[in-house]
Amino acid sequence: MTSFVKPKIRRLNEPTNGLGKTRADYDGAMSTLCAGCGHDSVTAALARAFYELSTDPKDVVKVSGIGCSSKTTTYFLKDAHGANTVHGRMPSFATGAAAVNKNLTYVGVSGDGDSLSIGLGQMAHAIRRNVDMIYMLENNGVYGLTKGQFSASSDIGSKAKKGATNMLPPIDPAIMALSIGATFVARSFSGDKQQLVSLIKAGIAHRGFALIDVISPCVSFNDHKGSTKSYAHTYQYYHKAVHADYVPPSEEITASYDEGEAMPVELHDGGSILLRKLDKDYDPTNRASAMEKLMQSQQTQEILTGLLYIDESRPAMAEHKKLPETPLHSIPYSKLNPGADALRKLQDEFR
Amino acid sequence: MKPTDTSNPDYFHKVVDCQWACPAHTPVPAYIRLIAQGRYSDAYLLNRDSNVFPGILGRVCDRPCEPACRRTRVDGEPVAICRLKRVAADHRDDVTSRLPQKPDQTNGKRIALIGAGPASFTVANDLAPLGYECTIFEKLPEAGGLMRANIPAFRLPEKVLNEELQYILDMGVELKLNSPVSSMKALLDEGWDAVFVGTGAPKGKDLHLPGREEADANIHIGIDWLESVAFEHIDSIGKNVLIIGVGNTAMDCCRTSLRLGAENVKVMARKPRNFFKASEWELEDAEEENIQIVVNHSPKAFVTEHGKLVGMTFELMEYDVDDKGEITGQRIIGEETLPCDDVILAIGQENAFPWIEKDAGIEFGKWDVPVVDEETFESTHEGVFFGGDSAFGPKNIIWAVEHGHQAAISIHRHCQGLGLRDRAPREVELQSAKMGMFEWRYSNAYTAAERREMEHVALVDRFQRLNIEVELGFNAEQIAVEVQRCLNCDVQTVFEAPLCEECDACIDVCPVECLSITPVADSEAELRASLSQPEAPEDQSLYVSNPLPLTGRVMIKDENVCLHCGLCAERCPTSAWDMKEGVIKIPHADDQVETVA
Repeated sequence: MTSFVKPKIRRLNEPTNGLGKTRADYDGAMSTLCAGCGHDSVTAALARAFYELSTDPKDVVKVSGIGCSSKTTTYFLKDAHGANTVHGRMPSFATGAAAVNKNLTYVGVSGDGDSLSIGLGQMAHAIRRNVDMIYMLENNGVYGLTKGQFSASSDIGSKAKKGATNMLPPIDPAIMALSIGATFVARSFSGDKQQLVSLIKAGIAHRGFALIDVISPCVSFNDHKGSTKSYAHTYQYYHKAVHADYVPPSEEITASYDEGEAMPVELHDGGSILLRKLDKDYDPTNRASAMEKLMQSQQTQEILTGLLYIDESRPAMAEHKKLPETPLHSIPYSKLNPGADALRKLQDEFR
Repeated sequence: MKPTDTSNPDYFHKVVDCQWACPAHTPVPAYIRLIAQGRYSDAYLLNRDSNVFPGILGRVCDRPCEPACRRTRVDGEPVAICRLKRVAADHRDDVTSRLPQKPDQTNGKRIALIGAGPASFTVANDLAPLGYECTIFEKLPEAGGLMRANIPAFRLPEKVLNEELQYILDMGVELKLNSPVSSMKALLDEGWDAVFVGTGAPKGKDLHLPGREEADANIHIGIDWLESVAFEHIDSIGKNVLIIGVGNTAMDCCRTSLRLGAENVKVMARKPRNFFKASEWELEDAEEENIQIVVNHSPKAFVTEHGKLVGMTFELMEYDVDDKGEITGQRIIGEETLPCDDVILAIGQENAFPWIEKDAGIEFGKWDVPVVDEETFESTHEGVFFGGDSAFGPKNIIWAVEHGHQAAISIHRHCQGLGLRDRAPREVELQSAKMGMFEWRYSNAYTAAERREMEHVALVDRFQRLNIEVELGFNAEQIAVEVQRCLNCDVQTVFEAPLCEECDACIDVCPVECLSITPVADSEAELRASLSQPEAPEDQSLYVSNPLPLTGRVMIKDENVCLHCGLCAERCPTSAWDMKEGVIKIPHADDQVETVA
């Protein structure tokens, strides 16, 4: 055997979700990434989140750019739509797709190279437009596919596998997103599946662009001593600031909590996100203070995680641009293309 | 909750559900792998180490391994373990030179074995090669005990039985046929170094109902009747036959009746089907032969005319069954008389020791069964051991074999002047199954194939003679598929906590989600609640690792759902998980040597 497959095994008494699907129904092809890659855990978290939300895979669109992270769209939800696009251009593709059919759930998967170098401008404008999608930024601080060069998210002082030290300042995707009007900013770690799954569910339910920056260690090129994106380093400096639980519309919030300790954020789908502050003085609804905390954590090397900022008030792209409820493919051609006469009439209005 | 102690040999043994369930602890997955490689003789000999009679048991074993098989929890159907055992036996080459041999000289110790059934033969098998002079006393004209007298030849061909008994006799065992032991005291006076009683449970139960005496000529006790058929004292039966009782003996009686000329055979059961004692497959085989199984009929009286049996009256029963499937109430709702020419009683059997004198120094407990130690099989008389059905009442062949092994250990230690309880302990030997990238020493790919069905001789052909074996055995294609259904539970998942860097790769790749990393919990119940499949059969373990180096959390593995596919070990970047083939060493008499000072 030159490779292996994850067998699909139907078991007696296997748990199923609201659609009668098993967790395995949300798997994709077998991963070809290195054994132990954090990205595989993100993939597993996505599959679990969609399973728990009882989403039909055919109502999901997976899009990605280029890189190890961008390969992973193949590894979950094999029955979903999707495309691997050009390096760094996934946000444009997603924006276009979301514009023509707002009824699907859009999942963008990208990495620190794809998003913070070649695709930085693309990602920034998707954030500004508040495209209704969840954007997984699988952040490992290196270009794994080209064998371990520093990426734009590498911390100053972090060491490469062969000993070189990074001298350039990192781009923190969470701080950048906050500074340009992001409405949902979260950070997590591939090693904390529980937190990651709740954040993904909350991000999918959020109206607008949901960024989840996931520290996802590269076992082959950035998991050594001196790296600030290794498993060991992340486990050591990992700090949960805010916990977020998605509560679907059908369920009531039953957990009891002390005032000030937890707060529900109402969502547009009728559900809510129950925020529990683990740091008392952290306010995930205040953009300025969130930025301040994040910048302070950069100084202390602390990796602040959880739902760092949420704003449900800003409209998503579809509302802002008054895009039709009906997907373009379902609008009759005669309406989409009213003909030369209608065009002439329109042009006449501007003469 | 404390980390799991995997150094306890029973931990990994328990994971191999079939081997754990087998009274003789046959290493099932290991011999199935040998069959898969076409090494039938090796598979046969590996079997023989544990269960002594692979050819016999491959046909008529009670198969406690199959309901335990992990596969039943996946697709509901166990691996056809028993049938594969027969495959090993049927396709083996001449193995006589590889069997334990008759020693050049004996050790001078004389052992008397009473009853030539599976228990005594197992004791002889274990002791004769060590130099013991074993003598088996048998009252019947042929050896085999119930395997000869009670199991019909259409299920167990005489040739198979003879061959496997002869292997043991060839080790220098003396067999005295037509030699009933009529006095235990007289035997003890002969100065044997040890005596083993393996006389089975030879007394079939009678049913004392009105008309019993008058109809005696046509009422037969099941096991006695089967014995008479086996020794050709009986070769016919009436056209209409009723079998009373619905255990495995009843199945043999009804099917034998068909072969002796009966045309209409009914098996009468007092209770509904899920209370039947017979194995499901034996019921199916009987029904395939158009035997009618009648439920909820409780025997009331034998009906006679002119001193001859003409029918039997039954009370029609109705039962209340609760959610757990237990009967909570019963009532009689009517009566029915069925005509018949013969009745065969198959309602149980018990031990009987009319030849053991009350003052022989052997204590008998309740229901006149001997007081026997459950570990050593020694009676209250030093040097007198019991095994098989004669020890604790009717069980089955594979239990008799295990009793024989244990009694042989005791006899060996007794004769060497060693304490009977300081027996050699069980051990586990683990060896990595990794060969390289994506390569393991076992076939780890999951096969979704369904259990293969055994082919039978056509109904029109099988009744011509009493000894036409009904089951044809697996063909090459069936063997090839069935061996792949085995999940190789003996290739153990072994975890080294200090190597783990908590990347979750194993958890993510596991196709059945049996792994998790969680904070240390107080109790197993707390941990179970967080599992993908919280409910598990009672005897299924939860593996809890030592604290992991980075976070102090623990790795949890639910042994209940693990399929031993090895993907956790395949995906582990640090080899914290490894697949290791575990050999469970079950000591027999010849393994006690090291403990002999």
